[in-house]
Amino acid sequence: MPGKSDTIQLSVNGRKYTVEAPTDTPLLWVLRERLGLTGTKYGCGIAQCGACTVLANGAAIRSCVTPVSSVIGKEITTIEGLSAGRSHPLQRAWIAEDVPQCGYCQSGQIMAAAALLARKKEPSDADIDAAMSGVLCRCGTYQRIRRAIHRAALISAKGGAT
Amino acid sequence: MSGKSTRKVYKTEPVAGGCLVLGFHVPVRRSSDAAAASSTAFAPNVFIRIGEDETVTLAVNKSEMGQGVFTALPMLICEELEADWSKVRVASASMAKEYRHTVWGAQGTGGSTSVASEWDRLRRVGAAAREMLISAAAATFAADRSECRAENGAVTHVPTGRRLTYGQLVEKASGMEPPKDVSLKQPKDFKLIGKPTRRLDTPEKTDGSALFGLDVSIPGMLTALVARSPVFGGKLESFNAQKSKAVPGVVDVLEIPSGVAVIADSFWAARKGRDALELTWDEGEGGKLSTDALRGQYAQLAGKPGTVARKEGDAAKAFAKAARQLSAEYDVPYLAHAPMEPLNCVVDLRDESCEIWTGTQAQTMDQRSAAAITGLEPDQVTIHTMYLGGGFGRRGSKNSDFVSEAAHVARALRKPVKVMWTREDDIRGGYYRPLWVDRIEAGLDAGGYPIAWRHTIVGQSIMAGSRYEAGMVKGGIDETSVEGAADLPYSIPNILVDLHTPSLPVTTLWWRSVGHSHTAFVVESFIDELAHAAGKDPFEFRRALLGGAPRHLKVLELAAGKAGWGEALPDGRGRGIAVHKSYGSYVAQVADVSVADGKVKVHRVVCAVDCGMTVNPDTVAAQMESGIVFGLSAALWGAITLKDGRVEQSNYKNYPILRMRDMPEVQVHIVPSREEPTGIGEPGVPPIAPAVANAVFMATGIRVRRLPIGAEALISSPTLSPGGRG
Repeated sequence: MPGKSDTIQLSVNGRKYTVEAPTDTPLLWVLRERLGLTGTKYGCGIAQCGACTVLANGAAIRSCVTPVSSVIGKEITTIEGLSAGRSHPLQRAWIAEDVPQCGYCQSGQIMAAAALLARKKEPSDADIDAAMSGVLCRCGTYQRIRRAIHRAALISAKGGAT
Repeated sequence: MSGKSTRKVYKTEPVAGGCLVLGFHVPVRRSSDAAAASSTAFAPNVFIRIGEDETVTLAVNKSEMGQGVFTALPMLICEELEADWSKVRVASASMAKEYRHTVWGAQGTGGSTSVASEWDRLRRVGAAAREMLISAAAATFAADRSECRAENGAVTHVPTGRRLTYGQLVEKASGMEPPKDVSLKQPKDFKLIGKPTRRLDTPEKTDGSALFGLDVSIPGMLTALVARSPVFGGKLESFNAQKSKAVPGVVDVLEIPSGVAVIADSFWAARKGRDALELTWDEGEGGKLSTDALRGQYAQLAGKPGTVARKEGDAAKAFAKAARQLSAEYDVPYLAHAPMEPLNCVVDLRDESCEIWTGTQAQTMDQRSAAAITGLEPDQVTIHTMYLGGGFGRRGSKNSDFVSEAAHVARALRKPVKVMWTREDDIRGGYYRPLWVDRIEAGLDAGGYPIAWRHTIVGQSIMAGSRYEAGMVKGGIDETSVEGAADLPYSIPNILVDLHTPSLPVTTLWWRSVGHSHTAFVVESFIDELAHAAGKDPFEFRRALLGGAPRHLKVLELAAGKAGWGEALPDGRGRGIAVHKSYGSYVAQVADVSVADGKVKVHRVVCAVDCGMTVNPDTVAAQMESGIVFGLSAALWGAITLKDGRVEQSNYKNYPILRMRDMPEVQVHIVPSREEPTGIGEPGVPPIAPAVANAVFMATGIRVRRLPIGAEALISSPTLSPGGRG
C-alpha cells in the first residue's frame, strides 16, 4: 500500500543508514530531509530536469522519481560522496572552466557527467549531447560544461583520477 | 542539518571613529572560515573584516543568483584595499541601511545595476580601509605615511623595506581615524579590475556545499505547501481538509489569504496532503481568460491611438508624404521565469523576532512586508539571503508574494516552517512577463529609408498597482512597457510611440530584461523587414540609420565583422543580426540557423557587447552566454497560455528550456572601453530573439511575427528526454 512506512536500510556514499519512511517516498527527499545531503536538488519532480541526479551502482538515476524502497541493496553516490576535497577530475575541471553560475543544477550536471566518464573515457561532443541533455541549466552554462567534460577526460587520461 | 549550525553569525563592536559595524553571515559551510573564528579583527565598515590570520572577509550586499556579484563586488573593494586576493572570502550581507542600493534606497538586486551602482562606493570603502592600514603601519614604523605603500595584503616602509601584513596591523588599524576623503586609482593602474578572475563561489558549487534557500533546515522546522487558486483572482469559497489530515505526516491544514497551507513533517507528506484537499473556488472573471481572446482584444486596441510615450516631428504628416508604407503586427506570450530552484522561504517567527532564510532579490521590501504581516517592527525581521538558484526577476517580487505568504503561514502556525513551491506551482503561479501585441508602421522615402515610424504597444503594466507605481508610471506610461521602443536609436525624423495598458487579474513581473524582452524583438524584426523591403543588406541598412548612435554602431560592426557577415553560408543556413541597448549596455548578436521539419536549429551566435569598463571579463562573457540561452529558450519554445483561466503549462515537459543538445556555439567579444561600467545580467537577452527570427527569414523566407517561433509545431512535439539519462 502506498504511503506505508517501513524501516529501510540504505547505503549512501559508503555509509549505512537506517531510515523510517513511507516506501514510496522518492529517494531525493530521503537524501535531503533525512540524511541532510542537500547537494542533490529538487527541480521538477518528474524526471525532466536532472537536478536530482545521483548514482546507483554507478549509473545515473533521477532520485525525484525513484522510490526509496527500490534502491535497497544498491550503493548510492551523491555529489557529497563523489570525492574527497573536490578532487574528482570533473570537479577540478569544473573549477578550471569556472562553470557554475547560480550553481543549483551543477550537482546534477556533475553526477550525470560522472556516469558518462565512467563508461566513456573520451566522450565526443555527440556523447556529451546524448548523456547531458537530460540535465537542465537555466543559466546556460552548457558551453562550459562541455569544455569541462573534455578537460576532465584529459585530466583522467593523465592519471589525475583519484 | 541545522541551518543555524551551518552558518556563522558574528557581530563585532564598533571601532574607533564611530563606524557602525554589523554582523554579516556566511551562508556557506567553510570550516576554514578564519574570519569567523578570529576573535580580533579590523572591521572599519560593514563591508570589510580583516582577521589576524590575514583572512579578508568581504560582505556582498547583493544577491548572488549566478550573475557573479559575489566575485565582481569583492574585486571592487580589493582593488583599492590592496588586499591579497587569494585571502579574500565572501559573505552574504545581513540587513542594514548601509547595504541598501545606492540609488533605490532599499536593499535589493536587480535592473543589472549591481556593479554600476556600487562602482564608486565599494572602491571608496576599500580605499578608506587601506588608508587606515597605512596609518597603522606608519605609526608602528614611526615613519611618515607618504613613505609607506600598501600592496598585496601588506604595508611596506619603502625606504627601509620593513613590512607589516594586514593581519599584523589588525589591532592598530582598528584604532585609526577613518580618512575623511580618499582618492581612487586611475583605470590604467588597476591590478584586478578588468582581469579575468575566477569566481569565488565556484568551489562550493561543485561539491554540493553551497546552500540555497531550499537547503535550509532549522530545529523543529515543518514543511508547508500551499494550494492556491487555479485561476487568477479566484477566491476560496470552502475547503474540506479531512482526507488531507488523515495523510501520515500531515500536522495541520490552515487557511491563509493566498489559499490553504498543508503543514507536514516532510515534503512528500505535505504534497500528498495537498493532493487530498477538497477545495471550492469562486473563480470570478479570472476563470474566463484565454490567450486567444486576449490576443484578439489586444490587436483591436493596437489599431487605436494610445497614450503617447514619444513624439518626434509629425508622423501623420510624414506618412502622407511617404513613397511607400509598411506595417506589421507582432505578439509575444506570457513567460514564466522558471528558475531551477523553485521558490521557497523559511520563517522562524517568535514573539519579538522573525528570522527568514530565503533567496530574495528584495530584502528591504520583503522585510517590511513580513513585519506588517507578523505585527513586528521592520528591524525585528531579519532576512538571511541564501544563494539564489536562479532569479531572473522572479525572486524580486513586487509585492513580496512568496515571503509574505510564508509569513502568513508562520503567523498561523507559530512554529518554524519552510514553505515550498513545486515546479507546477512555479509555472502556474503567475508573476509572468506580460503578453504583448505590437502594431508597427513605417513610411519610407523613395530610397527605402524610413521617414515616419509609428509603434503602438498593448500590454499590462508591471508597475501599476504595485509599490513602485508612483516612481515608475508617469503620465499613464509605465516606463518598462515602452523601454527599448520609445528610445529607438535609429535616425528617423518622425516618430510616434504610444501605449495601451489593459488591466487584468493575471499577475505580471519583470522577467530578465523586462520591457526590452519584447521591444527588441519587435523593433529589430521590423527594421529587418524594412531592409528587405528596400532591397538592402540588413547590416548595412542599420548602419545607415545609426549615425547618431555610435556605441550601437560599434557593437553592430564588431559582431558583424567577427561573424563574417556577408560571406557565403552553407545551403539551408540563414544568418540574422540585431542590436539593442538595455541597462546602459549595447549588445549586437549575429545568429546562424537552419530550419528542418519546422524546427529551428541555432548553430552559432556571435555576440559583441559594450558595457563600459569591465570588472571581470569572464563574467561578462558568461552573462552574455547566459542571456543568449535564456532568450533562446523563450524565442524557440517559451509560452505560458491560458484556457478557461487556467495555465496550460505545468512543468519543463510543456514549458521547455534549452538543453545541451540545443546549445549553439557562442562567441563573445567585448568592446574595450573607459566608460563607467553598465549592466551585464540582462542585456544579453533582448537581441537574440530578433537575431534568430531574422536568420529564419534568411533561411526560409518566412517572417516570424509571433513568439515562440513555430510554437504550434514545436510544442506538440516536445524535445524531452525521459528520466534516467545519464
